[in-house]
Amino acid sequence: MLAMNYRGPYRVRADYKPDPVIEHPGDAIVRVLRSCICGSDLHLYHGMVPDTRVGHTFGHEFIGEVVDVGRDVQTLKAGDRVLVPFNLFCGSCFFCQRELYGNCHNTNPQATAVGGIYGYSHTAGGYDGGQAEYVRVPMADVGPYPIPDDLHLDDAVLLTDALPTGYQAAEMGDIKEGDTVVVFGAGPVGIFAAKSAWLMGAGRVIVVDEVEYRLEFVKRYAQCEIVNFREVNDMAEHIKKMTDWMGADVCIDAVGGDAAGSIAQTLTGRLMKVQAGASTVLHWAINSVRKGGNVSIVGVYGPTFNAVPIGNALNKGITMRMNQASVKRHLPRLIEHIREGRLNPKEIITHRVPLEEVADAYHIFSSKLDNCIKTVLIPPSAREVQAVNASALH
Amino acid sequence: MEAKTDTGAQHHHHHHHHDDDAGHVHAHPLQGDMAEGPRRPSREELSHIQGWGADLDRKNRPAVPMERMPARFIHPHEGKLPQQPENVEVLVSTERPGITPIFGTAQPPKGLSGMMRRVAFRWAENDLRHWLLLLAADRVNVVEGIGEDLAHGKVPNVLAEMGIKAEWEHNRAGLVKKAVLAGAVVGTAVYLMRRRER
Repeated sequence: MLAMNYRGPYRVRADYKPDPVIEHPGDAIVRVLRSCICGSDLHLYHGMVPDTRVGHTFGHEFIGEVVDVGRDVQTLKAGDRVLVPFNLFCGSCFFCQRELYGNCHNTNPQATAVGGIYGYSHTAGGYDGGQAEYVRVPMADVGPYPIPDDLHLDDAVLLTDALPTGYQAAEMGDIKEGDTVVVFGAGPVGIFAAKSAWLMGAGRVIVVDEVEYRLEFVKRYAQCEIVNFREVNDMAEHIKKMTDWMGADVCIDAVGGDAAGSIAQTLTGRLMKVQAGASTVLHWAINSVRKGGNVSIVGVYGPTFNAVPIGNALNKGITMRMNQASVKRHLPRLIEHIREGRLNPKEIITHRVPLEEVADAYHIFSSKLDNCIKTVLIPPSAREVQAVNASALH
Repeated sequence: MEAKTDTGAQHHHHHHHHDDDAGHVHAHPLQGDMAEGPRRPSREELSHIQGWGADLDRKNRPAVPMERMPARFIHPHEGKLPQQPENVEVLVSTERPGITPIFGTAQPPKGLSGMMRRVAFRWAENDLRHWLLLLAADRVNVVEGIGEDLAHGKVPNVLAEMGIKAEWEHNRAGLVKKAVLAGAVVGTAVYLMRRRER
């Protein structure tokens, strides 16, 4: 099959590898219909995540059609269309029993700090991901979610990660009516976090980024205020000025270790890799939030350590919450929001690229060229599907 | 707001005697201007926001509380999870009792990078050496990857892998700048090496 193939930092290509097979009685094999490139994939692409092996296929945001199931699978059969949450989870362990699906203890032998994630290095379990024609989907009765007939496939693929992660980011901020919420990062997750903050009753939503086209997009799409951090003297000071010197009630980190905005952080976190990514946004979030406020983190950092002003967090009495999104617990509610027209995730998709052009797609997204917000990869085996759905495509 | 205080420091040109104008004292604005609290827009002011307040009630927020039992929306496996057979080498964290019932089998460790990874897994996740050695193995693995390509008679097109086509289409000026810079660096290096040979 054709699959994205990682060759090293900033180097990927599409080439051929063997089709996946059933390896566990609970497995399914899924033929991919759509697969996205995620901001988290950029951490892998930049070589920041330990144990990212050459030959690995990335991709944890995908939907597809079941082509084969293992002998234990009861709820799915060949031909079913499913959206597959990015978390691999067993449904039975101590953590899954508590709906912490992003923290499963039975799907990643290599690290206990993170659950299994499709196509996200061996630190996240060593599973090949969905930027391919076919994927092995373990625990097929537990993870995948059948795509309702009235749900557009482009909405479905954004429900695998980006939208639930943005929504959970807002949720972990514990937003109360009228709160001022600052979202750092105007990528897909930041955009959805801003939208979700309004759903939860925010009074003001401010999104911070450095890229003008992303700020313009989020301003229009999420009806929020914007700040270009390149144009302000100091980020925390600026947020204080905007909030009657109080600070924001809630700050959300929707960036993670690839943050720009601080020379020292970029040098140590992104270039020298002595930190597990640049902690610029954590710094800004802790210093911009009001005393007693909340900081919510969904941006991805590596497993070692980061320079974070924890003393300020302590002195200010901040509550910090963070996690990988437990996608499946959000799906029913998010599908309601889409049906009611409160959320319209597919509108953020700016690029549709054949899987063969994956190298250019990564470069465009990573370097923020061509006004790219969100990229969907279409594998060759899904082209006939695309032809059928042509009326629904822009 | 910068409070401009006009101290009326008038400069008479009396160079020989200094009266007591002790520099420029800036008066700060009084903190009486500090707000009682953050401004909270009214619901009317927010009525134009699409979907505003739909999840104001916490019972509509699917992840409140953080831990919830019994788990919803899943169809858990009954009884003990079957164990996936181990047909390839899988490295296992020392911070767990053994391999998981389900695991990925992509890219098993091999070659020098594989040896480094095996050594890394002697240390716990809690130990920095574990991660630093894995990162080092990743870099070694990149070189192995090029060797593997060549062994298969394939010269990796590094520029294509880095997306040069997209760079040419969407960032031509940047690409030219990088090419000129790279040319200058290489040219300087060649020049210096030649000079040394003389």
